[in-house]
Amino acid sequence: MSHTMSPAQTNAKALIDFMGKRKAAMIFSLLLMLASIGSIAVNGLNLGIDFTGGFLIEAGYQEDVKLDKVREALAEADFTDAQVQHFGSSRDIIVRIAPRADASSTDRSKAEIGDNVLTVLKTTSEQEVNMRRIEFVGPQIGDELRDKGGIALLVAFGGILIYISLRFQLKSAIGAILALIHDVIITVGIFALLKIEFDLTVLAAILAVIGYSLNDTVVVLDRIRETFRNVRKTSPEGILNLSINQTIARTLVTSLTTLLVLFTLLIFGGEIIHGFALALIIGVIIGTYSSIYVASSTLMMMKIHKQDFLVVTKEVLVDDAP
Amino acid sequence: MLNQYPLWKYILLIVVLLFSSLYALPNLYGEDPAVQISHRTKALVEEDKLAVEQALSEKQISIISTEAGQGRILVRFNDTETQLIAAEALKHALGKQYLIALNLAPATPDWLRALNAGPMYLGLDLRGGVHFLMEVDMVAAIKRLEESMLSDIRSYLRDEKIRYRGVRRDDAGLHINFRELAHLQQAAEVLPRQFRDLKFTENEDTLTIKAKLTEVAARAEKKSALQQNIITLRNRVNELGVAEPVIQQQGDSRIVVQLPGIQDTAGAKKILGATATLEFRMAEGTRADWLEAERTGRTPLNAILYHERDGSPVLLSRRVIVTGDQIVDAASTYDTEKGTPAVTVRLNSKGADKMNDTTRENIGNPMGVVFIENKIETKKVGDTITKHRTTTKEVINVATIQGQFSARFQITGLESQEARDLALLLRAGSLRAPVEIIEERTVGPSLGKDNIEKGFMSVVIGFCLVLIFMAFYYKGFGIIANLALTFNLVVIIAVLSLLQATLTLPGIAGIVLTVGMAVDANVLIFERIREEIKNGNSPQASIHSGYEKAFSTIMDANVTTLLVAIVLFTLGTGPVKGFAITLSIGILTSMFTAIVGTRAIVNMLYGNREIKKLSI
Repeated sequence: MSHTMSPAQTNAKALIDFMGKRKAAMIFSLLLMLASIGSIAVNGLNLGIDFTGGFLIEAGYQEDVKLDKVREALAEADFTDAQVQHFGSSRDIIVRIAPRADASSTDRSKAEIGDNVLTVLKTTSEQEVNMRRIEFVGPQIGDELRDKGGIALLVAFGGILIYISLRFQLKSAIGAILALIHDVIITVGIFALLKIEFDLTVLAAILAVIGYSLNDTVVVLDRIRETFRNVRKTSPEGILNLSINQTIARTLVTSLTTLLVLFTLLIFGGEIIHGFALALIIGVIIGTYSSIYVASSTLMMMKIHKQDFLVVTKEVLVDDAP
Repeated sequence: MLNQYPLWKYILLIVVLLFSSLYALPNLYGEDPAVQISHRTKALVEEDKLAVEQALSEKQISIISTEAGQGRILVRFNDTETQLIAAEALKHALGKQYLIALNLAPATPDWLRALNAGPMYLGLDLRGGVHFLMEVDMVAAIKRLEESMLSDIRSYLRDEKIRYRGVRRDDAGLHINFRELAHLQQAAEVLPRQFRDLKFTENEDTLTIKAKLTEVAARAEKKSALQQNIITLRNRVNELGVAEPVIQQQGDSRIVVQLPGIQDTAGAKKILGATATLEFRMAEGTRADWLEAERTGRTPLNAILYHERDGSPVLLSRRVIVTGDQIVDAASTYDTEKGTPAVTVRLNSKGADKMNDTTRENIGNPMGVVFIENKIETKKVGDTITKHRTTTKEVINVATIQGQFSARFQITGLESQEARDLALLLRAGSLRAPVEIIEERTVGPSLGKDNIEKGFMSVVIGFCLVLIFMAFYYKGFGIIANLALTFNLVVIIAVLSLLQATLTLPGIAGIVLTVGMAVDANVLIFERIREEIKNGNSPQASIHSGYEKAFSTIMDANVTTLLVAIVLFTLGTGPVKGFAITLSIGILTSMFTAIVGTRAIVNMLYGNREIKKLSI
């Protein structure tokens, strides 16, 4: 692959001085992260039954349903700890019951609780009440899923660190990982702040955000490497600025198409997929910002220079590459 | 010449396009309501098919078709109403040796099925159904084995005429106590030879031999308990009449059970988790003795105090005549004289002999039927997880033996639903070890339908929005990218159909996300081309270097995303897995369609000719 045409020619066009504002961006990122950690510490995460264990019963009514009436009926049937909410529409409700810790409930086998709640719900309406979904997660499963989720995040980070260290070099890998941690903390922080339920699909979305944001960051890093190799006599700051300017159109277009489909999911995908779509929307927006600022600012801090990229043998592309 | 593709690349693309269209095609045909018929013991053949057809035509039930295959018969109907009527009619016409299950059969035309093409398999969240994760109580399985060994040791020592003081079992293992050292030494010599699954240690000071199950034996027992439970669960599911159930081992102590399309989930749960079984024991003493035992709390040595369902006490012998394991068949019926619900049971030959002997010797004496049920439940208090086990034993019937009987007899004293459930449980076999449902996800049919509709709508709308955007932003090249995106969607569906992967709602979300992200490769290429043109290069050269330079970026970006998808797949469960599968497939196919696919069209349109301006 030849590099006779220097991308530096684009200098002719006015560049946006991204790196000039990197101090302000760093402060902004730090504040956001601190606020996120604070909100996670203060509010905690509103963990779904996937992680806490417990019961969830969704029921569909033929007409609008008053929550007070349902709560009353459930309390009468000895489900005093039941949480009742509308779900999606005023005709759908969702009942959540925490796992029972008292030893006295052995008479009512827990697998039957979901059905018992449904029977109670059926008394609250003269018309038919539809069973939409019953979920039960035992305490041992909840703990396992929490552990597995944590491991998944760590393994993903580890794998990425190794791959980018090999394909680029360590400084780039650290920059990319910092960008990912930044994205994950802020996305989770927003979930804690807004007290949105955090369930298994949201965890999947967070991992997908990692994949997406990384994709973005890799494209920028790729360009930075290329520019470092081809452009002479420019400061690292100038090279980063140039690379970000060259990739900004692509970054924005891809984020836009992804956000288009995500908003479609949020609006048309139904309640169950709501948290998933929301987590991805937040993550994609934060990820777009972080791929522009966080990774490159980190490179600047680590004093990236031309030599960092020359050590790596230049890849030779296969001739019949399309 | 720049921008020319060899012919084989075009042929490859066309082949892939045709192949994937073909295998994606079955998804366009819907599903027929159907009834699946199988037999308890034998595989069904063409002849049975004729019998089924005749039974249905006698009732004037119209059908689409009947097929025999894999030992089963499948009958398709025009609507669900006919399906339900037909299922009832077939139950009556064929008898109880036949299992009738309602099903939705894919309406894939014959010529496609001949090519092994079929639609994607819909997950439970899309078609409705129950997902259970059950944990087998291994502690109980080991206990059961140790207890049976305990009685073997007891009778062995007796046969060998070695005197012992007593044997007992606790959580540490088995303990055999002796009065004299000589007896202990004698036993210590013969026992290890006879019981190879146990590890014996003698303590001459306390005159005790301790025995513990060896690691190998314990592991083998756990494995066989799990296998036996899977078989029993499969039998029970068959009795329930569920088509296409999934019963699989997960890890070394868990079983996944998935029952698509089942309506009565509460009933299914009760049947699957039930450990109910029966025991037959002779009664001891008179009614007065029973009341006396209840009052004083003292029972004779050879008897155990039980209670009947109304709470009245009854003393039954310690010796069991027959257990539920010896029952080979059971059916619920009605007692001909009293008209009350009853269960007729048939014993195996060993059980029949014992029953025969006992009843001959005990005409005029009362015999009790004990109903036994084990329950286990895991609770979490603070951070500690504990298991609670409860066993319910109640006497459902004490009746005077009127005459000698052996293999076949009738039990009364149950309500009609209980009689039906008990008959089913006895027929399907008992669980080797108790199971506990530790996770349940039940989706009602209405939610399943909603999920499909909403998922489908999201894909269509998201797809159209991306198409419109691309056409506007990249004009001619955008339209080329759109063709590739459409192609990509077809390939994803074809791959999912071919792999028979399960499509779930998160899986659909994965497809939607792929649609958004798949254009990324094209965006990267097109932006590069625009850049090259801006730098003053010719259109041909710009296309060439645009594709070339973007390639390594696309690779790096996609490999890292794929890495995350693989992590999701290996560490995730259920919903997360579904998402990971479609995401990974989408990433792989999009690289092909977005790079090779678009390049082919671009080369065809622009290659080898003079162009002044690109529509980009």
